[in-house]
Amino acid sequence: MTKDQAAKVHLTRAHVRGLYKEMLRIRRFEEKCAELYTQEKIRGFLHLYIGEEAIAVGVMQALQPADAVVATYREHGHALARGIDMSRTMAEMYGKQDGCSRGHGGSMHIFDAATRFYGGNAIVGGGLPLAVGLALADKMLGRSQVTACFFGEGAVAEGEFHESMNLAALWQLPVLFVCENNLYAMGTALAISESETDINRKAESYRMPSTIVDGMDIVATENAARRAVEAIRQGGGPAFLECRTYRFRAHSMFDAQLYRAKAEVEAWKEKCPIEHLRKWALDAGSLHAEDVDSVEAEVASELAAAIAFADSSPWESVARLLDDVHTPRQQP
Amino acid sequence: MTETITYRDAMRAAIREALQKEPRAFLMVEDVGRYGGCYAVSKGLLDEFGPERIRDTPLSEAGFVGAGIGAALGGMRPIVEVMTVNFSMLCLDQILNTAATIRHMSGGQFSVPIVIRMATGAGRQLAAQHSHSLENWYAHIPGIRVVAPATVEDARGMLWSALQDPDPVLIFEHVMLYNMTGELGAGAGPVDIDRAVLRRPGRDVSLITYGGSLWKAMTAAQELAAAGIEAEIVDLRSLRPLDDATIMASVARTRRAVIVDEGWRTGSLAAEIATRIMEQCFWSLDAPIGRVCTAEVPIPYARHLEEAALPQVPAIVAAVRSVVGR
Ligand SMILES: Cc1ncc(C[n+]2csc(CCOP(=O)(O)OP(=O)(O)O)c2C)c(N)n1
Repeated sequence: MTKDQAAKVHLTRAHVRGLYKEMLRIRRFEEKCAELYTQEKIRGFLHLYIGEEAIAVGVMQALQPADAVVATYREHGHALARGIDMSRTMAEMYGKQDGCSRGHGGSMHIFDAATRFYGGNAIVGGGLPLAVGLALADKMLGRSQVTACFFGEGAVAEGEFHESMNLAALWQLPVLFVCENNLYAMGTALAISESETDINRKAESYRMPSTIVDGMDIVATENAARRAVEAIRQGGGPAFLECRTYRFRAHSMFDAQLYRAKAEVEAWKEKCPIEHLRKWALDAGSLHAEDVDSVEAEVASELAAAIAFADSSPWESVARLLDDVHTPRQQP
Repeated sequence: MTETITYRDAMRAAIREALQKEPRAFLMVEDVGRYGGCYAVSKGLLDEFGPERIRDTPLSEAGFVGAGIGAALGGMRPIVEVMTVNFSMLCLDQILNTAATIRHMSGGQFSVPIVIRMATGAGRQLAAQHSHSLENWYAHIPGIRVVAPATVEDARGMLWSALQDPDPVLIFEHVMLYNMTGELGAGAGPVDIDRAVLRRPGRDVSLITYGGSLWKAMTAAQELAAAGIEAEIVDLRSLRPLDDATIMASVARTRRAVIVDEGWRTGSLAAEIATRIMEQCFWSLDAPIGRVCTAEVPIPYARHLEEAALPQVPAIVAAVRSVVGR
């Protein structure tokens, strides 16, 4: 982290503590989810974001409550960082009625109207056109809102990526495209899936301003996101961030990780965004030892409450199975 | 001599045989090689056949399925996989508008000998973007053939038969079958993909089904037998074309039919089969035809809701009892 970056975000003790806490909330939440998965309280697919927390937390700093967020099936971090209640998120992981999607969606389909969180999309690339459309509505309705759209580098190979990039740039729509480049799409390394591995150049080819960001550095990520969102809000059209990061865990709970070397994983773990921030901020005096302890304690109690909430939440009644398929019609 | 084998391993043996016997065959999809296949079907094949023939693709369904169609036109015998039928919506255009049409559209000049494999079905709590059974959408399309292996013999044998077909063949593998074990004869090989088969004889009712639902129907038949009702089970195997002769012969014997289909009820394969029975066998029927299909809802995540949405053994038993009247 350079001095220059530190100057741009106002790194007060409160702000740094906040960043640290947001990342730790995601980390502890997901570590617990992995445990709950082995206890079969969480089922289906579970994709952990561990290692990539700085991106969701950093980008969310730049958004306003009226802005919109579109994410993928690896979206627990984005949901928490966006401000969806941890208890309702955990209840969704369980499939309970108090889950933010009433247990209909599970880990891959977290939705929340209150925070304008539009999922939770498990079709790779499927969220991008949606983000373009949300931004189109904002533009047509004259609202100065931004839609942040998160996706992995794997999505870049899909036609929907290219179609969305072109539409957003052509119509100058207020979308922030955030590519979380963790180098692997399941077991497929970037180098064997893209003829041009420099992803940010693809954005340039659509005449979209793009920035390469160290996604393991939350201050750098926040800075880049703030700059991009500011420009978008001022009518500058879409912007692109390529955040370079790494997934510390398996793709999902079914992945034997035959495609990458343990040493590579270990080397990236050295760059853990949470430890990186903690060390840097303790050294710089913008975080105190007691902050580290109190954040850990606060997160632990929030998480314990979320688990208790999910455990005690009822199951959706089977009688409601078909209720949400269509919107109820108003009685005349 | 028989060997006990999983459906997954039977499918892998079929792919291996195809690649050994047919030099123009190759397999491609995302994560088929280095990852080992999303359902571990292709595990180990990369080492055996190399990256030209076990071809990892980027996330580009429209691109690589379309390229498979082009390669088939160009003289190869591609086996293209789509991880699940849900993702095949991204390449539906290529399958429908190119693979299925080009033979007729070109006045019979070009054929597309491609095999496309897809996982289908629910049961693993994967929610509404990973759990649908859309094979009937493909069975709607003239110009392609659609098959659904439900047993290890069919998993072992259908691929080679499909590769012999000069036109596109889609193979639907139900996700709940991969771990299933069964007995495979030592000489197991290609199977007839034109015919439905009787998996169980019975005099009282024809239970017509395919794929993952076959085993639910078999369980239901055992329960019904305990109550003195003998169900004859017809495994369709081919969803397009449908083997009307086998279906009608069974219904003519039992005079009653219940169709079990994991697709949504409206516009389902079950609806098509019921109509054909009505058209061809109306005067043999002693009761209205019954159907057990998936509830008309995107498949939910929570286990109890997913189970409630899908055809289940008690519903099959109840449908048969209501048709049989006891
Ligand atoms: C259209 C589509 N094809 C295939 C898949 C299966 N799949 C799920 S995640 C994934 C890898 C995606 O990688 P990336 O976009 O880089 O995101 P990451 O998982 O690394 O966050 C694949 C192939 C899917 N969900 N959707």
